Amino acid sequence: MKLNAVLAGVGGQGVVTVARLLAQAALLDGLEITQGELHGMSQRGGTVHAQLRMSDQPLESPQVPKGRADLIIGMEPSEALRFSGWLSPTGHIVSAMAPVENVPDYPPIEGIHKAIMAFDHSLLVDARTIAKAAGSLRAENFAVAGAAIAYLPIKLESLEACILEKSVRWKERDRDAAIAAMKVGYALGLEAHAAKV
Amino acid sequence: MITTPSAAAPTETKPRELMLGDEAVATGAVDAGATCAYAYPGTPSTEIFARMIAEADARGDITAHWTANEKSAMEAALGASLAGRRVLVTMKHVGLNVAMDPFVNSALLALGGGIVVAVADDPGMHSSQNEQDSRFLADFARVPILEPATAQDAYDMTRAAFDLSEAIHRPVLLRLVTRLCHERAGVAREEARPQNELKKAGPLKDWTLLPANSRRLWQGMLDQAGEIEARSEGSPFNKRSAGSGTMGVITSGIARRYYMEVAPELDELPPHLHIGAYPLPADAIRAFTEGLDEILIVEEGYPFIERQLTSLLGSRLKVRGRKSGAIPEAGELTPGLVRLALGFDHLMDVNMPPPAAIPGRPPQLCQGCVHRDAYAAMAIALEEYGPRESYVVAGDIGCYTLGALPPHQAIDSCVCMGASIGMAKGASDAGLKPALAVIGDSTFLHSGVTPLMDAVSHDTDMTLLILDNETVAMTGGQPTVLNDSRLEPIVLGLGANPDHVHAFNAHPRKTAELGALIKAEIEHPGLSVVIIIRECIQTARGKKKS
Repeated sequence: MKLNAVLAGVGGQGVVTVARLLAQAALLDGLEITQGELHGMSQRGGTVHAQLRMSDQPLESPQVPKGRADLIIGMEPSEALRFSGWLSPTGHIVSAMAPVENVPDYPPIEGIHKAIMAFDHSLLVDARTIAKAAGSLRAENFAVAGAAIAYLPIKLESLEACILEKSVRWKERDRDAAIAAMKVGYALGLEAHAAKV
Repeated sequence: MITTPSAAAPTETKPRELMLGDEAVATGAVDAGATCAYAYPGTPSTEIFARMIAEADARGDITAHWTANEKSAMEAALGASLAGRRVLVTMKHVGLNVAMDPFVNSALLALGGGIVVAVADDPGMHSSQNEQDSRFLADFARVPILEPATAQDAYDMTRAAFDLSEAIHRPVLLRLVTRLCHERAGVAREEARPQNELKKAGPLKDWTLLPANSRRLWQGMLDQAGEIEARSEGSPFNKRSAGSGTMGVITSGIARRYYMEVAPELDELPPHLHIGAYPLPADAIRAFTEGLDEILIVEEGYPFIERQLTSLLGSRLKVRGRKSGAIPEAGELTPGLVRLALGFDHLMDVNMPPPAAIPGRPPQLCQGCVHRDAYAAMAIALEEYGPRESYVVAGDIGCYTLGALPPHQAIDSCVCMGASIGMAKGASDAGLKPALAVIGDSTFLHSGVTPLMDAVSHDTDMTLLILDNETVAMTGGQPTVLNDSRLEPIVLGLGANPDHVHAFNAHPRKTAELGALIKAEIEHPGLSVVIIIRECIQTARGKKKS
């Protein structure tokens, strides 16, 4: 078993945070992992991506080879789509719905959503609504992370443990919201890829 | 391919901590008994020191200091070594250029405590102005190199590098690359070694590079070359694996992992030699190439091994690599490029366009960033001067380098740390007026003070804007080496005319006022300095949060 994921979003959205949480959870589950990201130049508002590979065998390349990604995890839909060239022919996209329109020529969101859903068993997560309902807008990322692990060999409990560890100094409301959003996302993820052959 | 979530069996029983390659270097140094550590921030090396400071704070028996620049970091390291202590120095690749004087000369000394210089190269220039390969600089200084492939290697090799440094009394360079620095993986730590006792190194004639001493030390270094090479020959970091066929593969550092990613697609694995320790083990390479008629060299960075191999082996073998063109000489390795070099077609790395048009999203200055105000004011000040060809705005290295891009397009150059001030002076001397220099607070402290001294000494007709956002913003908000309230006294202390030195607290509502001030100073026919002050919006937010 080997699984390659690419995470994408806009600087400041927490792409690296989610990548790190998923990596931690996979490590907790006893998997070999390599998780990489590029940052440095002021990336606020710019494209940010991270890579996550996990396996029950030793892993080699720290870069996911283009054309070999099993999953793209998007914090922003156009950014998820930007990396679709990484996907294998059987790959999926799990992405938050809401666009970050900090560029003048952002295309109609319907087209972006449609292009994402054209990938087999892909999922758009209304992370903002889920987070609001869970009680904190800080929980958006966790809704997406929860949805993603339905596609990954990571246990829900492992991700939950890692989120609890990360949020140990947070306000209780934010922490509870993160866990609740993760669970809602997970349920959506399970449903979306349940029909998979 | 989706795999049912399942608990895979742990492949290792040792507890592993998830850490960045950078963090593995820091923990390696701590566990190796380093007493001191010095660094200047620079992507992708910065996270080494973030961890080092956290360890120092938690333990209380380690000194970890950000320094003014890489040269002063290296010199502080020499002092710690003279005191018999182990010391880590970290920097990005271009930082080694700044530290080159003490680095080269440190190799001549008889070090006491081990010195490990961890240098992070940036192949592909993800956030750097070039992709220079530090192995060449270490080779020039005759400093041995260890080159990790994984985060675990980064930990193990940092520890080994300290032992090696103390065994040969020379510094050791740990060569890192961006992908490893910023890769998280599980790392198992070994039992920590205690720190060295305080013990002044000697004899002191081995630390005083007067010509008579230097000639003796240089000869001693040349005489030691054989011993150092023998250590490479026997190093566990250089590994040979058997294979079949008449083509052999030599890899180094992280490049091994790209090769191993695609090698299983070959019908049979070729003989393989991996290099993790330099100088190159010449005997091992000669033995490896016996019976082969072709070698493929997969290395990240410049063709360092490839160039040496030609002189080592003559023209007996066909040598392929980044110099021969089998792999492009520029840019970062990918599994796909290695696959092509192995003779496969272009299956991977085919950049399929996204199925819908995606707008570009270039990095930009944050909303609320003081640099935006500074560039807006500068545009007002320069309105009546023009065309652009007649004047110059020399830029520097920091977030404000983004001022080169639309919508600002405010700076003409970005070369190296501190270059803006010297360049504005030279351009002004040569006749380009007005001559402006734009530099950040930390870059000014790193390398701007000395060229400003030149401008002061000749009262050069130029206007220096120091953009003071009270932090090292681009690398994540490290503290500047001196409190920023010190900038104005430093400028005045150099002897700049107080009538033409201004500290201006910037605000979007005061842009016109700032523009008028800059314009007035441009018109002054001598040196002017305007310090434009407001805290970085990101560090200000960070403080609010905590």
